[in-house]
Parts: sequence; C-alpha cells; structure tokens
Amino acid sequence: MTTTEQDIDKKLIPILEGVSDPEIPVLSIMDMGVVRSAVIKDNTVKVQITPTYSGCPAMDVIGDDIKAALKEAEYNSEIELILHPAWTTDWITPRGRKALEEYGIAAPLDAEADKDVLLNGKRIVKCTNCGSQNTRLVSQFGSTACKAQFQCEDCQEPFDYFKCLK
Amino acid sequence: MKNENLYNYILGIADNSLILGQRMGELCGHGPTLETDIACTNISLDLFGQVRSYFQYASKIAGDGRTEDDIAMLRKEREYINVLLVEQPNTDFAYTMARQFLFDVYHLAFLVELQKSADLTLSAIASKSIKEVSYHERFSSDWVKRLGDGTEESNTKMQEAIDALWTYTDELFHQTEADKAMVAEGIGVDVTKLKDSYYRHVSELLEEATLQVPESKYFQKGGKEGIHTEHLGYMLAELQYMQRTYPNMEW
Repeated sequence: MTTTEQDIDKKLIPILEGVSDPEIPVLSIMDMGVVRSAVIKDNTVKVQITPTYSGCPAMDVIGDDIKAALKEAEYNSEIELILHPAWTTDWITPRGRKALEEYGIAAPLDAEADKDVLLNGKRIVKCTNCGSQNTRLVSQFGSTACKAQFQCEDCQEPFDYFKCLK
Repeated sequence: MKNENLYNYILGIADNSLILGQRMGELCGHGPTLETDIACTNISLDLFGQVRSYFQYASKIAGDGRTEDDIAMLRKEREYINVLLVEQPNTDFAYTMARQFLFDVYHLAFLVELQKSADLTLSAIASKSIKEVSYHERFSSDWVKRLGDGTEESNTKMQEAIDALWTYTDELFHQTEADKAMVAEGIGVDVTKLKDSYYRHVSELLEEATLQVPESKYFQKGGKEGIHTEHLGYMLAELQYMQRTYPNMEW
C-alpha cells in the first residue's frame, strides 16, 4: 500500500496536517504516514491510525490531538488503531524526510543500505550537521524505538538516524 | 467463556513478552553502558507494545469486563503461563543477553508462522511485531558473538550463562491443550515444528561465537502450565504492586 491509496477526505487534509508527531514536532502525522484513512459520515470523522512501533507511547497522544483538532473544526471523531498493513518508513513523505533532516535526524535509507549500516558498519549515513558520510554507529537503539544513535567522525556531532522499517 | 482456548492461547504468547519485557525494564538506569541501557529498555518497550495488542484482543475475547490492565496486572502467579526462560533473572549482562538471544531466535520463527494464522488480528500483530523482533534478534546475537568471541573472561561468563539457561529451552516447543486446539483450527502455530531449525540456528551461532553447545539433555518445564521457578513471584510483587495497593488507580 502506498500513500496515494489512502482513503482520506480532502476536506480533512489541512486539519490533519496541523497535527504533529509529539516526539518529532516538526513532522505532521500526515508526513509521517500514520493516518491510514479519514472519512466523514454524518458529521463524525472516522480516523484510522497505525503505530510506527507497537510500543510507541505517542499513539495515545496522537489520537487525542486528532480528536482535539477535529473538534475545533466542529467534527466529532472516532479513532481506530489498526495494525495491518504494518507501518513502513516508505510511508514518510519526501516533505517529511526533508523536515527530519532539518531537525537533525537522518532520514531512513533503503533496506539494503540500512542493513549495511546497522550490521556491517558501513559509513554512508550523512551527518545532519556537516553532511559528511564518515559517521559511526553508536547504538542500534536510540532515544526512541524508531531511531539509532550515530556520531560524525569529522565534526563529532552525535545525531539520530531513523531506522528503515519494511 | 466461549472462546476459552483462543483466550488462553493469546495469554500464552503475551505472557512471554510481558515477563521478558519486565525483566529488560529492570535494567532501566542500570545497564552496563548508556547505549546498552537504552537498547534494553527499547526492547522492553517493543515487547510491552506487543503485549498491549494481545491483551486488548484477549479482553475482547473474554468479554466479561476485564480490561487489558486487569489481565496484565491482576492474575495470580499460577495463572501466568509464560515459559520459564523469560523469568530468569538478570544475573549479569551475559545472562541477560543469552536469555534474550535464546528467546529471540524462537520468537522470530514463531511470529513468521503466526503471520499465516487464520485469525486476522493475531496475524496483524505478528506482522507488526516481526519488524521489531528482527532488531532484537540482531542485537542479542551480536552480543552473544561479541562476548563469546571476546576476552577469556567474557567467554567464560557467556558460556556459563548459556549453560545455565539451556535447560529452559526445550519448553519453548511444548504444547498446551489450548495450543493444540488452536493449531487444529489453523489459528495457532505448531511449535514442535520449529524445534529442529531452532537448535540448528542457535548451535551455529554459538559455534561462531567460539562457545560450546551444551550437551545436557535435562530440561525444565512447567511455566506453560503455571508452575514457575521462584523468580516469578518476586517479579509479580513488583509488577503488580501499584494495582494491588491502589486498586483502579490511573495516571
């Protein structure tokens, strides 16, 4: 499934784009790809969201924030958490990837490159501070479940890398 | 309960993740280094997330008003049906990683099969969890290799941990009555079929890590029937303290 197949009512897009990921505030939940559908029925919006990781503590907050944003636009809403199809980093939009990089989080590489980086120590993740690819994996697990920790060997900047999830 | 077998089957899967998640959570602020500390608690968080999905489903199946929290927090020791392996203590970091590795290899193979379940909720939880558990398995395998093939001391400690935990591995492939019923309905995974490839994979990795594959054929069992080692009681005392002391409290 790609983002173009999502069943999201056009009227709702600007509202949903105003809701940001509580852990990565520069990213809207739309750019993150967690909204799978949003349809209006009798003035009630049914929104389906999917977690990035099962234990993502942000999901409850995201649900509440969507409800609040829709309420402001005078819609009632029902939020449903769905697990299938499982979220993948491919659903992060190009705009979302750019926002991540600007925020200091390296955007996910494709699955092959990701494996090379996390398992074989290949140095290709670009430092978000100076752009050097001379970067070292510090830990496969980072500040949140979706990230790994890196450090740039040129400018010494420590930064997060958003792990590829397929 | 109408779907008692399904309910018990879900509990059997979820309890493993709940108890292992609690064990890994114990290392929060106590990991050997900051990076491993964060890794262990991330693994714990993934497992708890999966547990929530399972217990939310179990709560729906039970249909008697018990919530996911009631199921997680308010059962007695004999009602937990996790395998003995996951309740073994964090004796040292070698034990923690050996336990994780011995469980992860099983867990990943189990989830791959559970994806094919005729029950769509279980299959969805499995396909979500596989992505997370693949990371866990990489992490714990790496550490078994690194410590096994490290210094003389790290090798000794990892060997000791593997030897001590080996006795709990066979139980992973035992079937309860609920397991058998669910396999017959195409919902459950036939774990007996996972056994050979499990031991093959684990042995290969241990050899790569310059560790001896234990030869002992004496295996402990009981967890799946609610008969636990002494360690579980202490864990539950901590896990359940808040809900038992202040019933129905919320954040």
